Amino acid sequence: MTVTPLGIPRRLLEFTLDGEPVRAPEGSTILDACRAAGKDIPTLCEGDTLTPKNACRVCVVEVEGSRTLVPACSRRAEPGMEVRTGTERARHSRKVVLELLASSVDLSTTPRAAEWIKEYEAKPDRFGPDAARVDEEPRVDNDLYVRDYGKCILCYKCVDACGDQWQNSFAISVAGRGFDARIAVEHDGPLTESACVYCGNCIEVCPTGALSFKSEFDMRAAGTWNEAAQTRTTTVCAYCGVGCNLTLHVQDNEIVKVSSPHDNPVTHGNLCIKGRFGYQHVQNRD
Amino acid sequence: MDLRFGDGKPTDEERAAVDALLGPPESSWEGADRDGMRAGDLRWARGGREARDRRDQLLPGLHAVNDRVGWISEGALDYLCRRLTVPPSEAYGVATFYAMFSVRPRPATVLHVCTDLACAAAGAGALCAGIESRLGPGSGVSVERSPCLGLCERAPAALAIRAGEPVRTAVSAPATVDSAVLAASAPDAAPEEPAAAMAVPQAGDPSLTLLRRVGAVDPASLDDYRAHGGYAALRRAFALGPAGVIREVTDSGLLGRGGAAFPTGRKWQATASQPDRPHYLVCNADESEPGTFKDRVIMEGDPYALVEAMTIAAYATGAHRGYLYLRGEYPRALHRMRHAIDRARARGLLGDDVLGQGYAFDIEIRRGAGAYICGEETALFNSIEGYRGEPRSKPPFPVEKGLFGKPTVENNVETLVNVLPVLTMGAPAYAAIGTGRSTGPKLFCVSGSVGRPGIYELPFGATLGELLELAEVRDGLRAVLLGGAAGGFVRADELDIPLTFEGTRQAGATLGSGVVMAFDDTVPLPRLLLRIAQFFRDESCGQCVPCRVGTVRQEEALTRMVERTGSGAAGDIALLREVGSAMRDASICGLGQTAWNAVESAIDRLGAYE
Ligand code: SF4
Ligand code: SF4
Ligand code: SF4
Ligand code: FES
Ligand code: FES
Repeated sequence: MTVTPLGIPRRLLEFTLDGEPVRAPEGSTILDACRAAGKDIPTLCEGDTLTPKNACRVCVVEVEGSRTLVPACSRRAEPGMEVRTGTERARHSRKVVLELLASSVDLSTTPRAAEWIKEYEAKPDRFGPDAARVDEEPRVDNDLYVRDYGKCILCYKCVDACGDQWQNSFAISVAGRGFDARIAVEHDGPLTESACVYCGNCIEVCPTGALSFKSEFDMRAAGTWNEAAQTRTTTVCAYCGVGCNLTLHVQDNEIVKVSSPHDNPVTHGNLCIKGRFGYQHVQNRD
Repeated sequence: MDLRFGDGKPTDEERAAVDALLGPPESSWEGADRDGMRAGDLRWARGGREARDRRDQLLPGLHAVNDRVGWISEGALDYLCRRLTVPPSEAYGVATFYAMFSVRPRPATVLHVCTDLACAAAGAGALCAGIESRLGPGSGVSVERSPCLGLCERAPAALAIRAGEPVRTAVSAPATVDSAVLAASAPDAAPEEPAAAMAVPQAGDPSLTLLRRVGAVDPASLDDYRAHGGYAALRRAFALGPAGVIREVTDSGLLGRGGAAFPTGRKWQATASQPDRPHYLVCNADESEPGTFKDRVIMEGDPYALVEAMTIAAYATGAHRGYLYLRGEYPRALHRMRHAIDRARARGLLGDDVLGQGYAFDIEIRRGAGAYICGEETALFNSIEGYRGEPRSKPPFPVEKGLFGKPTVENNVETLVNVLPVLTMGAPAYAAIGTGRSTGPKLFCVSGSVGRPGIYELPFGATLGELLELAEVRDGLRAVLLGGAAGGFVRADELDIPLTFEGTRQAGATLGSGVVMAFDDTVPLPRLLLRIAQFFRDESCGQCVPCRVGTVRQEEALTRMVERTGSGAAGDIALLREVGSAMRDASICGLGQTAWNAVESAIDRLGAYE
């Protein structure tokens, strides 16, 4: 959900979406307009609190006059534009992108991935059993969160959240290039030797579960993670006076992870280490 | 911003290499002692804007360390980061982006042996094996298989780089096991490379325009350049004024020679008219398209021409600073350009008052570090700015927001040197060369199965056959790769294709960067196509999914197909088509969009797997 601050009203521009005339506030992306019109376009690297890197390319649409398809998440709507979202060409690219992704990384914890794979009739197996995969052991180097890059689609969201878009810690970056590119801290070392301050804002934005709470990771490994059985309660963090909102995810009377509402105009889903991970004392029953 | 640095300490040598570039550290957080709470703790810094504004020194800093030591250690990287207030994670991401850098220890000498198309056809495989068996482990030389080194006219080629103060380089081409091993083991003693003019079979021909001076002029002498007509174009430019220059260039019909064929005058006009300041000029000399070597020959043989042309472009577009982004694998071109720029500055042809006209302009050279993608204009900006060489998405376009977020005009070497004849002969005379839509002279890099490989200059409109005849194409021609790895193949019976932008397009081909690689029937096509796929797999920046994974799937399919034909290949061909069309449609930049072109053309035009 994007929070639109009530500033000066923006001028509306008019363009065509799948043959229908639509009006959108100046500065909106094609994706904004699609969502307003009730069209469901798959997205992975787009995030409601970040400027999208437009790297995943699952949201591509056809724009009249453009040689290639364009990413709906990033391209601003222009007056008179003719956009088509469901063409053969756009659907084909989305299908292949899903196949390429699902054949190279583990999308089992990516919300909606299975649904899109079905909708687009993507067949990730068609590249054969020898198709190269990002097969990496999860990196468990601290008690708070786990990095499982075998699930990473390189959406750059964590890098942006850790860097100049939110946290300004710059603990992680993309290293290497091509298929060997990976999210890494300097010298590819453990998190504990990096600039990471364990705010967990990267986990908050990760769309695939490549970054996850250690609690969630362990429960998944033990087969006890059950999202359907979890309740979510939003409350105010008690640690300091800022008043950040916390959403406690509770399963079997235990807090299993903490997220933060993205529509909070102050925090936009970001927290610090205390709010994010300092929940043990709450359930300390000794 | 608060930055955290590691505990790594640079060696004296590493520190000296960085300090030689950046000067000695001035304040405590730059690496010396500190006062206050965290005195002596070098792991934290509160960065000042000034230091952060030097982020663009990151790539030169990495070069400085790599040149001196041969690789980039944790201590060296951390020290560089402290000096520039760059987050170490980002610097690590940059260092690992470039093929010429290593973040693991390696021998001081690296021998890059080209295994790309022309060299592969000239026996690079056996050469590599021979070199490797001669230089076993413990030889102090690391042998690395390299993409095209831009020496295709002398294939097979090898380039030795020995770290030290100063760094030493030696080129061996055409390379034998002996000559390559000699270059690596004693770069100072390696024989001098042949003159640049040796790559110009037409050298001395009075009808040449762009290549007129190559071989005739002493590339080290500014006076000789002037004696050969140098700086007449800049004088005319000053007489015309910026708007007048742009008018001439527009009227000449000059189209960019980098592959996109965009009208140069329009690009200049668009930049010149931007109210935002400053404006920048970037010369793209990161020629890395396999089979291309024309920029190298111009820079080696006629370096002042490029200095003059850059000055004119800057004057016309209102830029006072120009960056020459020069391919890291071109040591001699770097040396010659450095010399030419220094001489021009000393003689008042660069600097605060160019030619006494009150116009300030200077050129800074930036070296690439082994990344084909940095030839993409926006990736090149990121590279100069000290970020990973990943293309930016467009819009905004560079004329609006380019280098450092400012209006930038970016042209490649060949485009720029065309401006000289435009101004000296005048737009109408220039436009009269070539065809109506493709005006002027054009350079072609001919290599492969020809008797006289090299750079040829022909007016637009000559046919492929005429060019190949000049280059003495050998018998048994099977296919010609037009436009490089991003271009496409044409058949031996299609030699009447006119070499113009519109003519090649009509024939379903492309001129691209002017590559013409001839392959006779002894060259195994499937292996060639696999090599092209490997090239793109290696060079993808990895930013977008269709290219990052698509190039891998493409390579896998072509590996399976090396031994297969007919119905055995049909399934993989269908797969390639589907992946290829998504790559073409959905990739962010030209690399991914064109990565499937050559293979597709080989399947469709040559029947490569029938
Ligand atoms: S936890 Fe916070 S500081 Fe650490 S990597 Fe994630 S975003 Fe950066
Ligand atoms: S770890 Fe998650 S957020 Fe980071 S790039 Fe990978 S998928 Fe995106
Ligand atoms: S197409 Fe390839 S090279 Fe270009 S941005 Fe995408 S991954 Fe990088
Ligand atoms: S969501 Fe648009 S490119 Fe990823
Ligand atoms: S130098 Fe080897 S192919 Fe160009």
